[in-house]
Amino acid sequence: MSYAVKNLVEGARELIAFRIGDQEFCVNIMSVREIRGWTPATPLPHSPSYVLGVINLRGAVLPIINLSIRLGMKPVEPEARHVIIVAQVGAKVVGLLVEAVSDILTVSDDNIQPTPEVSSDLEKQYARGILAIDKRMICLIELGALFPDAESEAA
Amino acid sequence: MDMNEIKEIFFQECEEQLAELESGLLKMNDGDHDPETINAVFRAVHSIKGGAGAFGLDDLVAFAHVFETTLDCVRSNKLEPGPEVMKVMLKSADVLADLTNAARDGGSVEPSRSSSLVKELEALANGELPQASAPAPVAAAPKPAAKAAPAPSDDSGFQPIPFSFDDDFGGAPAVTAQTFDVSFKPRRELYAKGNEAALLLRDLSRIGEMSIHCDMDSLPPLDDLDPEAAYFSWKVQTTTEKGEEGIRTVFEFAEWDCDLEIKLHEETKDAPAGEEPPMIPVPFDLSILDGAGEDTVAEAVDAAETASNVVKLAAGAAKHEKKETPAAAAAAAAAAAQNNNAAGQTIRVDLDRVDRLINLVGELVINQAMLSQSVIENDNNGTSSINMGLEELQQLTREIQDSVMAIRAQPVKPVFQRMSRIVREVADMVGKSIRLVTEGENTEVDKTVIDKLAEPLTHMIRNAVDHGIESPEKRAAAGKDPEGTIKLTAKHRSGRIVIELVDDGAGINRERVKQKAIDNELIAADANLTDEEIDNLIFAPGFSTADKISDISGRGVGMDVVKRSIQALGGRISITSRPGHGSTFTMSLPLTLAVLDGMVVTVAGQTLVVPLTAIVETLQPEAQNIHSFGANQRLISIRNSFCPLVDVGRILNFRNTQANPIDGVALLVESEGGGQRALMVDAIQGQRQVVIKSLEANYTHVPGIAAATILGDGRVALILDVDAVVSASRGQSLKQEMSLAVAG
Amino acid sequence: MKKKVLTVDDSRTIRNMLLVTLNNAGFETIQAEDGVEGLEVLEECNPDVIVTDINMPRLDGFGFIEGVRRNEKYRAIPILVLTTESDAEKKNRARQAGATGWIVKPFDPTKLIDAIERVTA
Repeated sequence: MSYAVKNLVEGARELIAFRIGDQEFCVNIMSVREIRGWTPATPLPHSPSYVLGVINLRGAVLPIINLSIRLGMKPVEPEARHVIIVAQVGAKVVGLLVEAVSDILTVSDDNIQPTPEVSSDLEKQYARGILAIDKRMICLIELGALFPDAESEAA
Repeated sequence: MDMNEIKEIFFQECEEQLAELESGLLKMNDGDHDPETINAVFRAVHSIKGGAGAFGLDDLVAFAHVFETTLDCVRSNKLEPGPEVMKVMLKSADVLADLTNAARDGGSVEPSRSSSLVKELEALANGELPQASAPAPVAAAPKPAAKAAPAPSDDSGFQPIPFSFDDDFGGAPAVTAQTFDVSFKPRRELYAKGNEAALLLRDLSRIGEMSIHCDMDSLPPLDDLDPEAAYFSWKVQTTTEKGEEGIRTVFEFAEWDCDLEIKLHEETKDAPAGEEPPMIPVPFDLSILDGAGEDTVAEAVDAAETASNVVKLAAGAAKHEKKETPAAAAAAAAAAAQNNNAAGQTIRVDLDRVDRLINLVGELVINQAMLSQSVIENDNNGTSSINMGLEELQQLTREIQDSVMAIRAQPVKPVFQRMSRIVREVADMVGKSIRLVTEGENTEVDKTVIDKLAEPLTHMIRNAVDHGIESPEKRAAAGKDPEGTIKLTAKHRSGRIVIELVDDGAGINRERVKQKAIDNELIAADANLTDEEIDNLIFAPGFSTADKISDISGRGVGMDVVKRSIQALGGRISITSRPGHGSTFTMSLPLTLAVLDGMVVTVAGQTLVVPLTAIVETLQPEAQNIHSFGANQRLISIRNSFCPLVDVGRILNFRNTQANPIDGVALLVESEGGGQRALMVDAIQGQRQVVIKSLEANYTHVPGIAAATILGDGRVALILDVDAVVSASRGQSLKQEMSLAVAG
Repeated sequence: MKKKVLTVDDSRTIRNMLLVTLNNAGFETIQAEDGVEGLEVLEECNPDVIVTDINMPRLDGFGFIEGVRRNEKYRAIPILVLTTESDAEKKNRARQAGATGWIVKPFDPTKLIDAIERVTA
């Protein structure tokens, strides 16, 4: 599937929401290139635990990030029913492993509440606010903060 | 297209011209005095000058002009291109290149450099040239070779600017209108050159009021008419503010092919009025000639034009002369002129498009492999038609890939040419006399490889000039030719390109190298090394035997950097040396950076690809050949020597435990620096040509891994960086390594 | 109807500049890289006027002009020579080969156009 970028109304954004474990998150739809089913990845030696490996995306080599680990949550083991969100972060394209994609939301900036004070440093790093939708709490993530471009994992 | 784009194209063209210039000069230097070669050299400088003038690049124009003039002397056999002359020429080519680059990048060239060369060039032209002052931009014409007063403009009315004749005529610049009597009698040559009397008269009518009389007296009866002769003449009286120059300008192209007289009109009373031919006033603008005319006057002129048209038509009909067709003429001319350029047409293509094509073809190869795999897996008794079809598909795909790869293949010539300039400059700087001989310049290799080859080659050449070749005195004392020779060759060998750099210098000073290595703790004091091993020590990191940091080779930028650059290209480098006779560097590089011949293996359950070029042989380890050494080392005995085993799975962290060599297969690889290693793998799956995919594009460099590829099953397989894995396996200093290798 | 100009010059830069100058002035421009190509193109394109360089590989300006003049159809076509060289000997040679007029490089666009206008109807 691929999501076309739609015209945004002033002050509104389109977000794509997904679930990991029992939490929900969302990212700006503009960074999402496509959604794919899960494929087993080829592991990379000496890579951080959250890098599952690389897969073939129509001829390009795409690294797959286990978001549960990267977000500091309880690690989720990859399963065939899981989903990979192919996202553009800076100049690189990466795949984010999540359990399921839930919605596409259109929200305006006032819907976004500030991140709670009790957040850890990691959470403060990537979270940009929370949304309350139908009694669900969805955390807005800034992908660029999770993968700063100068990402050199020198072993 | 705007001026900036044209300027870009101009600089691109300059690069090509400079390359042509250098290569032509080198040929001349080798004794080739073929007029075509000399002509090509002249044209190169001429072209650069022409374009540069258009953009107002004065320094460049000025230098190019002097250079061109001296080249013209050579071209017209006034100057013999002997060795001294060629030296100046080559230096001038270098300065011209520098000036061009300065013009492009906004830098500058030291004036003393160019001015001293200018003096030499002029001296060579034997002082026939006037002082080399920069010509004024745009309107300036280059100074004539003949001695002339330093007038800024040309002498003979050759250019379309008003001051087109000598001061003798002394026509005052007409501010007030004056009346002139113009007598214009074209000769036949005027028409033969495409000039049209009617058009000239039309132009004349535009600069002033005029009256005209056409003298048709000389027109013979039609039967006697020579269609190509000129029979008409005109007398024009015009009142114009443009003065005599203005009138001459109108006739400037035609001036030599007609009788033109311009006189100030004088109201002479004693001129018999009857003799004056009746002048017919002409409307101010004879532009109606461009269309249909109604005026009697226009008609008269028109009639003249028609008459000349009739004449031409008659000429066409009357001529029976057989002529060569232009094609035949061109062929004859082309045969007479030599064609310097390589045969075959060329086309300019955006590099992006080529890259995209190469990527797509890479995908095609992958897809085809996946298709084959699917078919094999799903249908073991594949119907022969499917199998045949697949085989043909594979064949076709391979051919397409080869053809596409060939598109980006370029000859190494440009890189080699740059080297020749570097040799000249560095040799000059250190006061040595050295010449560069090249062979195999047309050997082709992928453009990306060529681009990255320049830097390491430059380094090695500078080293060879600075350190390798001795000073002329030392050489003479040793009975050698005071002029040193560096030979640079390129050739294809077993699917790779081999580049050799040979110098006839003093060779490697093994004592010094060994001592330096001991000092730097690279080897043990008592290590026993073969000559070759000592020679290759120069590639060790931080190794440099230069006592003082010379300007040329720089500090610590030693051969290890060169080696790493070559390796980054997937290549290998080694050195052999003969004391007193010189050294030879041998580099082997892949033909392309896009595909790789690899051996597909399994390591700890993972599929890896090992570059075939690194593999010497495959071994089946047996228990009795395995020996333990120290805490962690294991060796395998091969014939009569011992080779360290490398547990690839462990090093890449695919496994935590040590594998048992006899459970799998060992790949004997050569590591740079001479030693061999046996890489332990679980199994060999097969050999395949794979398309190289970068890991860095979306991820980052992974130690031990060179790149990735996509196999037939659609999965990503990692390509092993053999040297990195071997280095990682050392975990101990080189001196222990060496003693291990020779133990037993 | 647009006038057609055939330009013959081995320098890409000059060809580009000629193209821009002539097209902007409303001419239709056809280009060739050297004398040989010029003669080949001549047959197909039927120009009203020719502008040619002197120094070119394969067949230089002199040879080209001579070749043009040998062609029945183009015996009287106006040919302007575009060159940086201006010594008397070269000019003479050009004239004898049959050139109609001359323009000096680097060329002033206005003067180029004027010269072309001058020799064409």
